[in-house]
Amino acid sequence: MYESLLNYPSSLFGELERWRRELDDAFGVSGLPSSIRSVAAGSLPAINIGRTPTSVEVYAFAPGLDASKIEVTLDRGVLRVSGERAPSLPQPERGKVNIYANERVAGRFTRAVALPDDVDPAHVKASYKDGVLQISVARREAAQPKRITVQ
Amino acid sequence: MNDKTRVATSEPAQRTVLPAVDVYEDETGITLLADMPGVPRDQLELKVEGDALSIEGGVRALTPEGLEAVYAEVRVPRYRRTFTLSRELDSARIDASLKDGVLTLRIPKQAHAQPRRIEVQAG
Repeated sequence: MYESLLNYPSSLFGELERWRRELDDAFGVSGLPSSIRSVAAGSLPAINIGRTPTSVEVYAFAPGLDASKIEVTLDRGVLRVSGERAPSLPQPERGKVNIYANERVAGRFTRAVALPDDVDPAHVKASYKDGVLQISVARREAAQPKRITVQ
Repeated sequence: MNDKTRVATSEPAQRTVLPAVDVYEDETGITLLADMPGVPRDQLELKVEGDALSIEGGVRALTPEGLEAVYAEVRVPRYRRTFTLSRELDSARIDASLKDGVLTLRIPKQAHAQPRRIEVQAG
């Protein structure tokens, strides 16, 4: 409600904000629904989801984790991945270490995605390789396509 | 510094994304860490050309047969980033390791560029 008070009519950033809104309007971004669990771009880990006739495959791009400390839970159809990444930058001792770039996110993270209704929570497999956590959830047999013979 | 004019070369048409990096320097060299999840060792390419260090890696094929993409945040399966090195760095002795999708590069300084303590003679 008071957001507009922060935008000075003649300031450069006020103008950028106006352009951003116009672009959002022009490309129809602002009106699209987003998942209630969607996170800001660049959060750890990025997630890709795919579907095969027999399983749902979730890929979490989470580099540099200790595989034994990754937690994966599936509760009421919501898959949660959480873990922690230790900071890799050394403690800056005065005058000894200069830090130039610190783009890699560290700390605790959790991401959650709702899976389709037909998944079978009893058959979940997870593996971690090259910094990618792959979670494979089987789909119930009833949901798998069947060929019906015509008499 | 490079004062020669660089002629634009035709870049490969393949799309790439910038990997997130950490860079820090201590007395003996520079350490660079880059997040490149999904890149196996044989898909990683490190190049030093003149004073340019480039890191590039392709994500291994993850998809099993018959996979239909439902949702994708990682859409470009290739990372690439280039850095300009300075002269006191020894690009011939760069150490690289790749573990769990994190590339670690150690770029040492030339031996003569490392700080030396100069003793003051009493007398």
